[in-house]
Amino acid sequence: MESVAQQEQVIDGATLKLRFRRAERRKRYGALLPVLPLLLFIIITFLFPVGEMLLRSIDNKKVPNVLQMSAPLLQQWDASGDALPDDAVYEALLQDFVAGAKDKTITAVGQRLNYEVSGVSSLFRKTARRAKKIEWADAAEAREAMLKIDAKWADVNIWRGIQRFSSATTAGYFLAATDYRYNPAVQEYQKNPEGIYISLFGRTLFISLVITLLTLLLGYPVSFLLSNLPSKAANLLIIFVLLPFWTSLLVRTTSWIVLLQKEGVINDTLVALGIVGDGNRLEIIHNQTGTIVAMTHILLPFMILPLYSVMKTISPYHMRAARSLGANAFTAFRRVYFPQTIPGIGAGVILVFILAIGYYITPELVGGAEGTFISNRIAYHVRSSLNWGLAAALGAMLLVVVLVLYWCYDKIVGVDNMKLG
Amino acid sequence: MKLMKNKTKLTTITAVLVAGSLLAQPLVNAAENIDLTIVSWGGAYTTSQQKAYHEPYMEKNSGVKITNDDSSNEAVARLRAMKEAGNVTWDLVDVVAADALRLCDEGLAREMDFDKELAKGNDGSSATKDFGDLLVNECFIPQIVYSTTFGYRTDVPEWNGAQPTSIKDVFDLKKFPGKRSLEKRPVNNLEWALLADGVPADKIYDVLSTEAGVKQAFAKLDTIKDDVIWWSAGADTPQRLADGQVVIGSTYNGRLFSVIEEEKQPVAMLWDWQVFDLDGWIVPAGLSADREAAVLDYLKFATDTQRLADQAKYISYGPARKSSAPLVGKHATLGIDMAPHMPTDPKNAKTTLLYNFEWWADNRDEMDQRFQAWLSQ
Repeated sequence: MESVAQQEQVIDGATLKLRFRRAERRKRYGALLPVLPLLLFIIITFLFPVGEMLLRSIDNKKVPNVLQMSAPLLQQWDASGDALPDDAVYEALLQDFVAGAKDKTITAVGQRLNYEVSGVSSLFRKTARRAKKIEWADAAEAREAMLKIDAKWADVNIWRGIQRFSSATTAGYFLAATDYRYNPAVQEYQKNPEGIYISLFGRTLFISLVITLLTLLLGYPVSFLLSNLPSKAANLLIIFVLLPFWTSLLVRTTSWIVLLQKEGVINDTLVALGIVGDGNRLEIIHNQTGTIVAMTHILLPFMILPLYSVMKTISPYHMRAARSLGANAFTAFRRVYFPQTIPGIGAGVILVFILAIGYYITPELVGGAEGTFISNRIAYHVRSSLNWGLAAALGAMLLVVVLVLYWCYDKIVGVDNMKLG
Repeated sequence: MKLMKNKTKLTTITAVLVAGSLLAQPLVNAAENIDLTIVSWGGAYTTSQQKAYHEPYMEKNSGVKITNDDSSNEAVARLRAMKEAGNVTWDLVDVVAADALRLCDEGLAREMDFDKELAKGNDGSSATKDFGDLLVNECFIPQIVYSTTFGYRTDVPEWNGAQPTSIKDVFDLKKFPGKRSLEKRPVNNLEWALLADGVPADKIYDVLSTEAGVKQAFAKLDTIKDDVIWWSAGADTPQRLADGQVVIGSTYNGRLFSVIEEEKQPVAMLWDWQVFDLDGWIVPAGLSADREAAVLDYLKFATDTQRLADQAKYISYGPARKSSAPLVGKHATLGIDMAPHMPTDPKNAKTTLLYNFEWWADNRDEMDQRFQAWLSQ
């Protein structure tokens, strides 16, 4: 009897716990509900497009889709020797050309392959133009016909290039993004002596780091001043920080061009004061200096605001207590004040650095030849060269670099130890 | 039976009539009330099109509203994206010939039947004859011939009164010291470097096809590299010339015309080895029937002899129709004769280079990479 009651109690206890947990879960999901629109919005307009773009860095379906007949045949061809593919491959490719010319897909394939082997683009266009008018009886004739269109079809390196890049996925874009290039003559990837991307990544990181340090050096005292002034004066000064923040980015960048250019305000003043001669005006724009100066100014509010909000919460009594306990001003600052501002520094540094590393418009306008960033190359490949695969590969690498740096930051400083406001 | 037959006949007729009017209805309405998005380059160029084409057309067709979109510099990328998304929102796009080739090849532009869909020349010649070999493919309707050429300041004291007369002078820092403004891409610059180095114009692309030739071109560019400020927007060079930031610079001839004639800056043209290029319209592929009809109607009007000649009143680019050339008159506000400012004027066109689309289609990716590597050296 007793044991039954006990049992019931146990069951009851268990169900109670279960019910409680269920209710808790329901509450949690309920709390999620208001966030749902934003979550969906982010998934649809951000995560999904970014993911789709990243997939382009390995996507090569275009080639096997258009070279339907020839791609599988070509895979069986042994590219290591100097022998050209069989007549059957020629015929299959010619058929692909006829079909591809009809639905206008073949030149895009030519362009894709041209990224790896220069000269394929015009070869494809020329062959597609003529293929429409050609008739052939057997494979041997098809081969003849192709060689007649262009002697390049007897070049084994062209075939090696097509074979290498005719599968549905490719490593070509990532290799190009790391300055490697396929050399069909020796059939391997080689370091491209004209490669620019690795050094560009290095430069982007370096300049971003310099900008971050400069904003910290300039922003720290400003925030300190702001947080220690009476609120009336502080509010006025905060406006001066926010005003440029609210002004259009383009306006601010163009103003820097007016200030920094050779016939600009700064140079004119220096010449008028006799500090530099008219012939040796300073070159402070359209180079690295221009990028650093303009971006430091533009990103400064992102450093000042988190620092200010953190400093504002530090009680002035701490410093006074430190001083009264015998610390000199510097020690009090170093051991009492500064450690309390670290969450603000952390937030500011990571904000400025991550914004800087992906900056595009300012380096484009004031960076000249040696002050541009990797993002400018990405934009170039999206808008001008239309090599979206390479743009995606570079973008993916930039994303990975940022995530790795964020992870390092978390290990060293700790993301929890960051305060945005 | 007879009645039946008659009745059937009647019904058929009604059906045809109804169907006919149903079909005709949307077409008529569309032509009467439609919003056309026309994409072009913005700035002075769009203004010239607005004045010469859009405004007179809208006056004649009160139901048509034309919206300008200044996105031509990324037209190929945007049209590609629109096609992938399956939603083409542009009705007519102004592009340079190289972009038109790409768009036509990829099936992003509609193929035209020039003689049927475009107006005859005012001398009665067919459209194909009137445009002649400027019709570079089946999709592209050329409007203007423009050139990329040099402007220089006429008041540089260090030059001691000398004025540059040839492309060699652009590379001559001793005789003509000062900063240059060149476009931040290999196209044109490589050709000019070789020309200045004494390579004959008809051998340029043969030489550039060899490794030694490319090295030669970059070596020549090396000689002025430290004195070059690179531009990426067409307005940069005119601005820099006007500011005195550079003394010689390349840009589109129409922009230089504005600086010289409209803003009266001490700048003059150096026409030696100007590089000709074409600019014109393409109709995006896959427009709905009523939009396509409306665009074609506009296009027939906007590319006739008079309209092309009219555009030259507002900007100094040469009309693409042969029959338009005699009609080129005076500038709309300045009242000066426009013919001598055309890149195609015999006095200006003594030495010209036609840029080789094929060669650049093949080599642009590689040359661009080398150019960027060279820049950051």
